Amino acid sequence: MIREIISRLKQGHRTMPYPAEPLQMPERFRGYPVPSSLARSAEQHGTSAECPYGAFSAEEGGCLDMGKCLFCAECPAGGIEFTTDYRLAATQRDHLLIKPGASRQFAQALSADLQRIVGRSLKFREVSAGGCNACEADTNVLSTIGWDLGRFGIQFVASPRHADGLWITGPVTENMAQALLTTYTAIPDPKIVVACGACAIHGGPYIDSPQVKNGAAGLVPVDLFIPGCPPHPATILDGLLRIIDKIR
Amino acid sequence: MSGSLHTLYNSSSIPLADIPVVDSIPFLQGIMDVVDQGWRIVSYFGIPDNKGVVLICVLADKGEGRLAVTRTDVTDDRFPSIASLCTQAHLFEREIAEQCGLVFDDHPRFNPVRFHHPFVPGRDAWNRPADEPIRVGVMEYFQVAGDNVHEVAVGPVHAGIIEPGHFRFQCHGEEVFHLEISLGYQHRGIEAACIGGPHPRTLQTMETAAGDTTIGHGQAYCMIMEALSGTKVPPRAEVLRGIALELERLANHTGDLGAIAGDVGYLPTASFCGRIRGDFLNMTAVLCGSRFGRGLLTPGGTVFDITNDLRDNLLKRLAEARRDLTDAVELLWNSPSVMGRLEDTGSLTLLQGLDLGLVGPPARACGIKRDVRNDYPFGIYRMTNVPVATSFHGDVCARTMIRWQEALKSMDFIEEQLRQMPGGGHRRQASACAGHRLALAMTEGWRGEICHVAVTDATGRFVRYKIVDPSFHNWPGLAMALRGQQISDFPLCNKSFNLSYCGFDL
Repeated sequence: MIREIISRLKQGHRTMPYPAEPLQMPERFRGYPVPSSLARSAEQHGTSAECPYGAFSAEEGGCLDMGKCLFCAECPAGGIEFTTDYRLAATQRDHLLIKPGASRQFAQALSADLQRIVGRSLKFREVSAGGCNACEADTNVLSTIGWDLGRFGIQFVASPRHADGLWITGPVTENMAQALLTTYTAIPDPKIVVACGACAIHGGPYIDSPQVKNGAAGLVPVDLFIPGCPPHPATILDGLLRIIDKIR
Repeated sequence: MSGSLHTLYNSSSIPLADIPVVDSIPFLQGIMDVVDQGWRIVSYFGIPDNKGVVLICVLADKGEGRLAVTRTDVTDDRFPSIASLCTQAHLFEREIAEQCGLVFDDHPRFNPVRFHHPFVPGRDAWNRPADEPIRVGVMEYFQVAGDNVHEVAVGPVHAGIIEPGHFRFQCHGEEVFHLEISLGYQHRGIEAACIGGPHPRTLQTMETAAGDTTIGHGQAYCMIMEALSGTKVPPRAEVLRGIALELERLANHTGDLGAIAGDVGYLPTASFCGRIRGDFLNMTAVLCGSRFGRGLLTPGGTVFDITNDLRDNLLKRLAEARRDLTDAVELLWNSPSVMGRLEDTGSLTLLQGLDLGLVGPPARACGIKRDVRNDYPFGIYRMTNVPVATSFHGDVCARTMIRWQEALKSMDFIEEQLRQMPGGGHRRQASACAGHRLALAMTEGWRGEICHVAVTDATGRFVRYKIVDPSFHNWPGLAMALRGQQISDFPLCNKSFNLSYCGFDL
């Protein structure tokens, strides 16, 4: 036992002060797009600015769909640049469409009714439906001591019967669609649905593949969209804290 | 070596015409002869064409660094199975049947692997109608009958945040007689999508084939493209790739060490490692902005270079992580209650490991010295040697210990490489792929040997792109390790393998 106590002292208290203090993102992290780069890309490349995942459209001065964007290191649609701003989650699908000059939209708090039920204790049942284990891993990481999701009353549970919501990763493969729907049905009402990652939002790298259903939205109503391939844990936590009104 | 085999090297390509086309019987005899001599099947796949199916098998010898390829053209819709004589061929034959519609006669368990329609509509080995959906997991399971024998079915949806798969246990009381694993839930049609490629999407597809092995699969794809186009990768890029690959190994091994501790109810190591794993992921994010290495690699080199500031930053982080990880993991070996749970649980013998053709830490845990970095060196590993750690008990403890030893070696490697970064550029433009060639690329991901094979048509497009994730070799190992175990030890055994569902399902 003494070894464990000594180790505990050596390892120290490692839960991050976020959200009381801001997070430091890596220099090369690719988050919210630079709005002017959208316009520039649209202007320079016109309709030839083609994203293989359909995330960029040159119309109306350039529009980036963060729900489809993989935040590639070298933008195939002609050079969209990204900031290190990790706050990307949205509660409405169209809030993920970024146009130059449009106002910034963050995820909104759940309705007062839902807030009363889940605001202090929110439990999710996670279903990976074709996920590559990256979204899954960075969802899992939130429960480690560094992020300590439990301090916000949020937890992942084993049974859908114990859950307030469904957490979906992956593009929803043909072979997982039924299991996903069964899990959704098994969660008692009222329930919320989170689509975590580009795959779950709109198919991600597998968009329009014959083996996938292009994300969760076609099968179940989604309440929180978390962009990224995979989303950084900070992006996920930011979205969660906003819907339970812990940050605004 | 039999005359039906043609030698080739890792990370190279050969003209398709150089591979001798042999009849089916010498083809199979050739495979079985060399497997008897200790060779093993690295990759075995079919290419359906209008005349039938071209079968290509890639084999590796034991530790002498030789790789060989053999080919036969099948015009019939039936083919003899060698699965009951050569266990390694078992899953490969089922996979070929499912993809190409070839029926393998006398296959001992002739079931689908991933439950999807064949590449060529209508050519179905089980005569399933092309216009009806295929029901995943519906197949004939092996059943044990008798007093007190019962069946436990688990999945596809599991209790944790984990990928889906279906497990059928045949139990006698608490003891597992037999475990059958049925996957396919994560099938995204990756290999079918690659036909006609490389497409603008192909790199991201490879990075997400098994997303926790982004660098392992990403580098294999880059090596294929470089072998097909004759592109030489600058030394600085090779070093950066090596560092990223070892960081990926460190992050995952650390996570596994913590998860194994968690599964035996030992929370200090579980908690510490859960966090330290993030430290390694964050180091990868220092390199390329993504914790999983997305966007670092490109055919011809790397997208990002490293500055001296970043290098110093990484060295500092690495020293801290090494200190914390050593402290966290040493606790395991000093806790008799932990060791009592790890030792003699889920054991595999050397012979089983060889028979099944295991790769990665589960193979090395049974005493098989098998590591692509050492046996068929690629990239930076041609210049520097990473010692291979082996054990001999083949149990959960050995698989845990191997991970720790590999983590130590990876940290030494990264430190050494960061201190002696070669100068020069970090990428070259890759030219177009050559036509009518077969390219082979193998890397050692953290789960073991990753093998990519590409076959091109006259214009250099992929006629076939075959991926073998290490999990493809190792899932049967998990099933065998469970025999005679308490069913309650399944999570622990499973964690000690930590195999990929999406890498298997593709």
